[in-house]
Amino acid sequence: MSKRRATATVSKILNFSCVDGPGNRLVIFLQGCNYQCKNCHNPHTIGICNHCGDCVAPCPSNALSMSEGHIRWNAELCTHCDRCLAVCPNQSNPKTQTMNVDDILQLVRKHQLFLSGITVSGGEATLQLPFIVELFNAIKADPSLRHLTCMVDTNGSLSQTGWEKLLPVLDGAMVDLKAWQEETHRWLTGRSHHRVMQTIDWLGKHDKLEEVRLLHIPAITDFEQEIDALAHYLSALPARTTIRLNAFQHHGVTGPALEWPPCSASQINAFAKQLTQRGLRVLYREPVT
Amino acid sequence: MVNNMSIPEKFRQIINDPTLSPMQKSQYLALEADASLPYPEITESVKAAIEDNILCDMFEGNAPFKPRYVLPDYAKFLQQGSEYLELPPAKDFDEALNHLTILYHHVPSVTNIPVYLGQLDDVLLPYAEGLDAETIYRKLRLFWILLDRTLPDAFMHVNIGPTDNVICRTILRVDAELKQVAPNLTFMYDPEITPDDLLRQASHNICECSKPHIANYPVHAHAYDNSGFGIVSCYNSLPLAGGANTLVRMNLKEVARKASSSEDFFHATLPNYCQTMYELIEARSAYLHEQSGFFNGFLVQEGLIDESRFAPMFGIYGMAEAVNILLEKDGRDEKYGQQPAANKLGHRISKALSDIVTSTPVKYGYHGRALLHAQGGISLDEDVTPGVRIPYGTEPDPVSHIQALAQHHQYYTSGISDILTIDETVKSNPEAMYQLCKGALAIGFREFTANVHSNDLVRVTGYMVKLSDIAKFKEQGSRTNTTGLGAEAAANTGILNRKPRVVSHEQAPRYCDSQ
Ligand code: SF4
Ligand code: SF4
Repeated sequence: MSKRRATATVSKILNFSCVDGPGNRLVIFLQGCNYQCKNCHNPHTIGICNHCGDCVAPCPSNALSMSEGHIRWNAELCTHCDRCLAVCPNQSNPKTQTMNVDDILQLVRKHQLFLSGITVSGGEATLQLPFIVELFNAIKADPSLRHLTCMVDTNGSLSQTGWEKLLPVLDGAMVDLKAWQEETHRWLTGRSHHRVMQTIDWLGKHDKLEEVRLLHIPAITDFEQEIDALAHYLSALPARTTIRLNAFQHHGVTGPALEWPPCSASQINAFAKQLTQRGLRVLYREPVT
Repeated sequence: MVNNMSIPEKFRQIINDPTLSPMQKSQYLALEADASLPYPEITESVKAAIEDNILCDMFEGNAPFKPRYVLPDYAKFLQQGSEYLELPPAKDFDEALNHLTILYHHVPSVTNIPVYLGQLDDVLLPYAEGLDAETIYRKLRLFWILLDRTLPDAFMHVNIGPTDNVICRTILRVDAELKQVAPNLTFMYDPEITPDDLLRQASHNICECSKPHIANYPVHAHAYDNSGFGIVSCYNSLPLAGGANTLVRMNLKEVARKASSSEDFFHATLPNYCQTMYELIEARSAYLHEQSGFFNGFLVQEGLIDESRFAPMFGIYGMAEAVNILLEKDGRDEKYGQQPAANKLGHRISKALSDIVTSTPVKYGYHGRALLHAQGGISLDEDVTPGVRIPYGTEPDPVSHIQALAQHHQYYTSGISDILTIDETVKSNPEAMYQLCKGALAIGFREFTANVHSNDLVRVTGYMVKLSDIAKFKEQGSRTNTTGLGAEAAANTGILNRKPRVVSHEQAPRYCDSQ
């Protein structure tokens, strides 16, 4: 009998990504998040569908239906117009699939010649920790796949006991640091940032901190006001850790965050400069206008 | 682009064109003179196929007096020197570079400029003994600049690899630094020989400057005998010490339109047009081999090329449209590049073509045969996709893209290229390019080519152009002959407006006043 039981609610899988960790990666986006970020550019990955059925009627191509109290999504018919995402009262997404570890392994095998590794992302991937642990274990146990690196893209909210479960099979994690001050973080995400700091600290100690990402929203996030403290903190991170700056854009954003001006090329350049002047090496890309 | 000017009017227009250099004017005049002669004798059915845009001779001229592509044995030349050129064997690195520079000016091709400069690491390595890395770097850097400035044509092509050596590494370094249009560059990869970190350096170069093109060495080597092969112009793989006497191409889209169903296509339309195409191939190569006197020259006499190693290239393009048209005629709605059934029909067409080409004798061929080629298209092609590529704007993600096309690659002995356009995010993660390339070659890609979106230097089919040069071309012309082709491709096909992806093109320069 297979020991593999865990399933995950998957919102999307990419065969090719060069922005979710080193090399070319298969990225598995898991549905559901425990933060409520005002700036979320994927708000429909936050909620878990409760099968209310509100999205069925608005679907223009009959890709959605209700049967036995469950939403069914027919990928063949879907035109990806995303009207369902717009009407959902739950910040959810009916276009998810329930997948088990074997399903994912099959995909990994199909594409493995092209892959440097896999990344689980979200939503907040670690909300489905048992699945990730099982998946990474299965990859590391398979001689033909174990060269693939296994990474997690996270908001950093997982507890230390959670990280400990992943440690033996984790190659690295990419963590978002959404604000420097506790109040700013709470206001922006709805949650405290103590856990995030603990996570960064713990991952660094165990040589698993692949990347720390700072989303720069001029006049909204507080990195620039706190630049010295921030730079001091980042300087203490392990040498392997990439520090990546992201420039806030409106893509996918809903609600009040649409009123915030997007971060321009000169603003992200200026932010990067303040950090490099303080001795840091950062990676970032100018927004395309 | 057809114009009805008289011949003297055309000459006058070329001579008075303020954007052309005197040398470019001479070349265009020569092409017009050639075009004024009567066409080699062909039957009515061949004429009709040319008029219907089913067959095309790639503007090679009416009286072919030089092969389309020539690949001299440069190593032999350096060893033995040349009586005709009054050169003794080369003794050291400087002499080798000097000798090569001289010989390049005597190697003809359809562009009037050599399209093959040799497997330069193999050719130069014996002369590099005793030189330190920095000296080699300085000499090669100057040589690279000389090539770009004196043989200004991006079809001119250097090969390096698959072995790891100082010349190979230095050329990669110089090429990424200078980011020149010319020479074009192919890196040979052999998983048995090439260390991973050398392939890494080559694929990281692609992120810098969209070069080199990466060839699957064992697959190519297997297609030719021990005397070797080279990659020339834009991804044409041909026998070393030989070449292509002519390239004729077939528009599969138009062939499919003439068929009533896919079965009719396989059993009647395609074989019939192949027959017609062979008539054209024979007529064109007969002129070159029997009348032009080309094979009496010093390249043959001194053993740098061998007439028996020349073959016609049997080119095809418009596979995507052909598949979609045939499926529609069969009452199905799958699309090429998207659904497995459509991709499969494409593979079947490639196999049918390969069966015909490998079993049909030609008078002047490699082991008596032509070589199948997925042709990159020319700047005049509209609404038809180069080779077996997936149409612009409908490409799936790069991995699915490669998986959809890999099966074709086994059939196209004399070259097939799909240009993948990769988002510029890859520049901060060049390891992804390496993985993609490695995966593509592992599943049977004969060659791997990628453009990185946002690079100034990009590929149009196989040759390189600088987007900044195209912008200036209209007012000032360009010292690089191929810029005009890029500008024309841009005007006709909107390559610059498209999503990261590029039109194709492989063609002799000819005068065109309508950019
Ligand atoms: S995106 Fe949603 S609404 Fe649109 S077709 Fe697909 S399921 Fe229906
Ligand atoms: S996706 Fe949203 S709207 Fe559709 S059934 Fe689920 S919760 Fe309701």
